[in-house]
Amino acid sequence: MEIKRQELGDKEIIRLIGEIDGSNVDSFEAVMTEASQKYNELEIDLEKLEYVSSAGLRVFLITEKQMKQDGKKMIIKNVGEEIMDIFTVTGFVKLLNIER
Amino acid sequence: MKEIILDAKRENLPVLFEFITNTLREYSDDAKTIRKVKLCVEEVFMNIATYAYDPEVGPAKVSVMALGDPYPFKVQVIFTDSGKPFNPLEAARPDTESGIEERPVGGLGIFLIKKEMDDITYEYRDGQNILTLEKKFEKV
Repeated sequence: MEIKRQELGDKEIIRLIGEIDGSNVDSFEAVMTEASQKYNELEIDLEKLEYVSSAGLRVFLITEKQMKQDGKKMIIKNVGEEIMDIFTVTGFVKLLNIER
Repeated sequence: MKEIILDAKRENLPVLFEFITNTLREYSDDAKTIRKVKLCVEEVFMNIATYAYDPEVGPAKVSVMALGDPYPFKVQVIFTDSGKPFNPLEAARPDTESGIEERPVGGLGIFLIKKEMDDITYEYRDGQNILTLEKKFEKV
C-alpha cells in the first residue's frame, strides 16, 4: 500500500494505492486519524486501490463517524468496481459520501 | 491439495496471500472468485490471529484444494487451529442497515465470509477449530 497526500487549502486529497489489509492497516489508520483532525475536508481517491478487507473498512467507518461528529466532510472518489462491490455488500454505500 | 502452516499473526498475512493466490491461479483464472476467496481467507486468518490464542501466538494451518466435476468446479479452504473454541457461524449478524451514528465498528469480517462464500462448516474436534469454506468458480 502507498498513500499519496496533497494539501489544497483547508482540504487534503488522499490517494490510496494498492492493497489495504490487516497487516498494513495501522499506517492507513494513522494517516486518516491525523488528516481528519487537521483538515475540514478530506477527498479520498480510490482509483488505484485494488483491495480492502474489513480491517480497512473499519478505518473508513471510524473516520466518517469522527468527521461527521466534528462537522467536517469526507468524500470518496473514483471507486472502482471491485471496491464498490465490498462497499455495497457491507452497506457502506449508505454510510460514506461516495461521489460517482 | 496444498497446505501452509504459519504462526497466526497479522504480519504473516502477505505470506498467506501469496500462497492462496498462487494456488488458486493454478486452478482457475476466475479473478473475481479468487479475489473473494482471498478476502475471506484474510477475514478468517485475522480472527484466528486476534482471538484464538490471545494473548499468546499459535499456529494455523490453511489447506486449499479444488474439487468437483468438471474440475475445478469449486475451491475448498480449510483452516485448522488449536486455540479457544470459536464457531463463527454462531456470531451475530452485524447491522448493515443502520446509519452512521448507530453503526457498530466490528463484526464485518464474519459477515463478509457468510455473504461471499457458498458454504461454511465448522467443527471442534480433538481440541481443534476446523473451519471449511467453499466457493464455486464462476468460470473454469
